[in-house]
Amino acid sequence: MADKTISLIITRQDSPDSTPYEETFNVRYRENMNIISALMEIQRNPVNANGEKTAPVAWESNCLEEVCGACSMVINGTPRQACSTLVDKLEQPIRLAPMATFPVMRDLAIDRSRMFDSLKKVKAWIPIDGTHDLGPGPRMPEKKRQWAYELSKCMTCGVCLEACPNVNSKSEFIGPAPLSQVRLFNSHPTGEMNKGERLTALMEDGGLAGCGNSQNCVQVCPKGIPLTTSIAALNRETSLQSFKNFFGSDYAY
Amino acid sequence: MAENREFFYRRLHSLLGVIPIGIFLIQHLVVNHFAVYGEESFNKAAMFMHDLPFRILLETFIIFLPILFHAILGVYIVFVARNNTSRYGFFRNWMFYLQRITGVITLIFIVWHVWETRVQIGLGNVELDYSLMETILANPFMFWFYLIGVVSTTFHFANGLWSFLVTWGITVSPRSQKIATYATLIVFIGVTYIGVRALIKFAYGI
Repeated sequence: MADKTISLIITRQDSPDSTPYEETFNVRYRENMNIISALMEIQRNPVNANGEKTAPVAWESNCLEEVCGACSMVINGTPRQACSTLVDKLEQPIRLAPMATFPVMRDLAIDRSRMFDSLKKVKAWIPIDGTHDLGPGPRMPEKKRQWAYELSKCMTCGVCLEACPNVNSKSEFIGPAPLSQVRLFNSHPTGEMNKGERLTALMEDGGLAGCGNSQNCVQVCPKGIPLTTSIAALNRETSLQSFKNFFGSDYAY
Repeated sequence: MAENREFFYRRLHSLLGVIPIGIFLIQHLVVNHFAVYGEESFNKAAMFMHDLPFRILLETFIIFLPILFHAILGVYIVFVARNNTSRYGFFRNWMFYLQRITGVITLIFIVWHVWETRVQIGLGNVELDYSLMETILANPFMFWFYLIGVVSTTFHFANGLWSFLVTWGITVSPRSQKIATYATLIVFIGVTYIGVRALIKFAYGI
């Protein structure tokens, strides 16, 4: 096969505070290439389109099968995972940019800590530790398990935050992903025992109320998680929870 | 200021948009619609509203204060959004953007409209009657200003009704939200007709 090349225009940034700039690279085409393999090619031979030697492009990736969320970046204007984005299906030149809703560490590598902080904020876990063995928890109906599995597919990739018009430097909104996790953990038969705590956390500043129903999140989620359904369901539950919190309730949990 | 009031304020903002502001909007446009049945009919209806008992209290608590709150928080909500319809041209994202655009247009329109009518009447500069609106709307520029103002208000109301249903957790499933989209579209068309029809009568006498 003749030497075919693909061209990538990458938005680069040398340090968290420096100004971003664009750099073009020509990479030798191979069959079934994805964005990661194109970036690896640049890493192997960090020479830009002008033939100048340059610093290799930095990016993050782990699983290479679209389950870890680390390699999210904006590819031809769409935030998605670099590992599952095939070069053959893209228009040339391919434009790569970091998801700038997050702090850029270097080039395409971003810092998604805010998402993990949000998961802590909304208590996205199930507390099972006790001073003695509490025995097995309640059973979960199989149908419900299948439904909850869809919500559990979230890989905190950050694509929904990138697409959300209300997640930005002017707003405190934590974004769709952690909201949907509250729905997941509140649906779990054991997690349900701490339902009120998570709902109350959602009603704090930057929580659920920051949603403006643009519904971009559900459109862009690579895992097809019904984020807006989760948000609307949580709206209903927090409506009730806020009445409980305000007026008091004999169901004191 | 107390912490964690955002949830309460946003829920109040959503509620006030429908009750009482939305109810008031429909009532206002329906009363205006009496103009279509003739000058006398409008004057009678306007006088009935004017002579309601406790009018100042009704105006303050059903109209002024709720709109003031809704407007102030609304401007803040407009400010914290970073609209991205060019990159994400989904229908709902456009509605999100239009909700903010019409919110600002509606605010400008309402400020002008209240100044020109309620405030001037209050100051005793003009009389509340058919000819007041006839004079204002005879000017083609003002007619278009009012037309844009009314359509922007009814859009903001109808689309706001849709997000009210989501915000309070009434429409949860995608299907219910889709049905609500069509239902609020009908509300938009209906309320817009009621309002615009009266404008045409005032401006052109037909």
